[in-house]
Amino acid sequence: MTQEFIAPQVEFAGVTKRYPNGGLVLDALDLAIVKGEFVTLIGPSGCGKSTVLKLISGLTPPTAGTIQVDGMTPKNARETVSYIFQDATLLPWRTVRQNVGLGLELEGVNGTRRAQRTASLLELVGLGHVAEAYPRELSGGMKMRVSIARALATSPRLLLMDEPFAALDEMARDRLNEELLRLRAEQKWTAVFVTHSVAEAVFLSTRIIVLAAHPGRIHAIIPVKLPFPRLATLRAAPEFGALTAHISRTLREAIPQ
Amino acid sequence: MKARLLPLANALAVFLAMLVLWQLVLWIFRVPSYMLPSPWAVARAVVARFPSLVSSLAITAGEAGGGLLASIVAGVLIALAFGQFRWVRRMLYPYTILLQTVPIVAIAPLILMWVGAGAISVTVIAFIISLAPVIANTTQGLISVEENLVHLFLVYNASPAQLLFKLRLPHAVPSLFVGIRIASGISVIGAITGELYAGSSRVGEGGLGYAILYASSQLQTDYLFALVLAATILGFSFFFIVMFLEWYFLHRWHESARAPEAE
Repeated sequence: MTQEFIAPQVEFAGVTKRYPNGGLVLDALDLAIVKGEFVTLIGPSGCGKSTVLKLISGLTPPTAGTIQVDGMTPKNARETVSYIFQDATLLPWRTVRQNVGLGLELEGVNGTRRAQRTASLLELVGLGHVAEAYPRELSGGMKMRVSIARALATSPRLLLMDEPFAALDEMARDRLNEELLRLRAEQKWTAVFVTHSVAEAVFLSTRIIVLAAHPGRIHAIIPVKLPFPRLATLRAAPEFGALTAHISRTLREAIPQ
Repeated sequence: MKARLLPLANALAVFLAMLVLWQLVLWIFRVPSYMLPSPWAVARAVVARFPSLVSSLAITAGEAGGGLLASIVAGVLIALAFGQFRWVRRMLYPYTILLQTVPIVAIAPLILMWVGAGAISVTVIAFIISLAPVIANTTQGLISVEENLVHLFLVYNASPAQLLFKLRLPHAVPSLFVGIRIASGISVIGAITGELYAGSSRVGEGGLGYAILYASSQLQTDYLFALVLAATILGFSFFFIVMFLEWYFLHRWHESARAPEAE
């Protein structure tokens, strides 16, 4: 069997993170995420899953250990990374179109190219008709789609998502999950996703990392071998239910009694 | 349309009732006109001395407006320095509170001594009294940006200038308007107070404060009332202009500037 050697896109080697007051957030974490993976971090609060995303994007430095993203330091790799936060983090004084173009604007992409790219992304997430609206006129789900469009506008190779759909109702969340997978099939970015929802993790991921808390450490790594494309009907399939149950059990083990 | 006119009609009815009450007080208690002139006498004073009333109003409006504009420009620049450099803010912010608490009547004679009598002195006083609310509110707006928005900009490798002009400054605009709204009211008070001390470099000419002092010394109570009315209208106009600008710049995106919903 010939297999191409794939360099990891994100690599943590012995990464420890402490709070300024000395409390241990992550304890000697080793982690390798390969190009094309959709990795979901799931675990109880205090397991440091959001901290992992902040470390990958260089928003916070590790206390010990090394992190490489695309073979670079996190800060140098930022051009290849987009971040989607739990709230949509839109700028309320900008229209939808101007919000989607923000990343390109900050990176100095010129007006015409920016306009083209923005327009095509708005079409892609189905928001062309509200391009000139302001964020406060949109529903929670629409705001999150604007946030996704903005993240994808800069053509990231790595997409970091910190519970992006936690504030939405279940229907909107399911719809956006399906849309996210459709976009991934077209654009081939690697994803690191944080969630509290086991069903969401199973639906989206190629690999699920269950973290334990105090201090944050890897409790279990579970591959998700469900085939793509994954459609809404998958949620009713028996293998989906079995995997969800298995991960829920594993998650309970990770929480100290 | 009927529903819109109703509050206006109510306000007008209250106004007329007040006039009637005013006149009744005069008749019943036989108040001498130098203590309380009749509404009719005030109206006559307005008409008879309209040119000097308007000229006093214009002088005070210019001083208060000039002081207010200067305080907006200086206040925003100072707030930008406060927002950008924490050490500057730590070192100097307490003094803006000092600026807010210093009684303007106490420093007006000093300004007069340093700058000399006349409009410039009064403008400086209006400027000083308007400055603190602009600085305080704008600084608050600049530094109260949500952490995730700052993180978003950092992940896009935003420069410090981009963070300031594309994130912090637009975020601070609603707070800036709160500051301007407060400052607009007190700039008029500052100008009139200033004029009480430094009203005019020439006898017989001056703003509302100077004219109020003069009218009261001459027991021209009817004209004094007209001047008080003019001062009130001036303060209200400033407030209204600022409210309009606030609505104009913010109504598309900011909650506070939306038109009130029909009840």
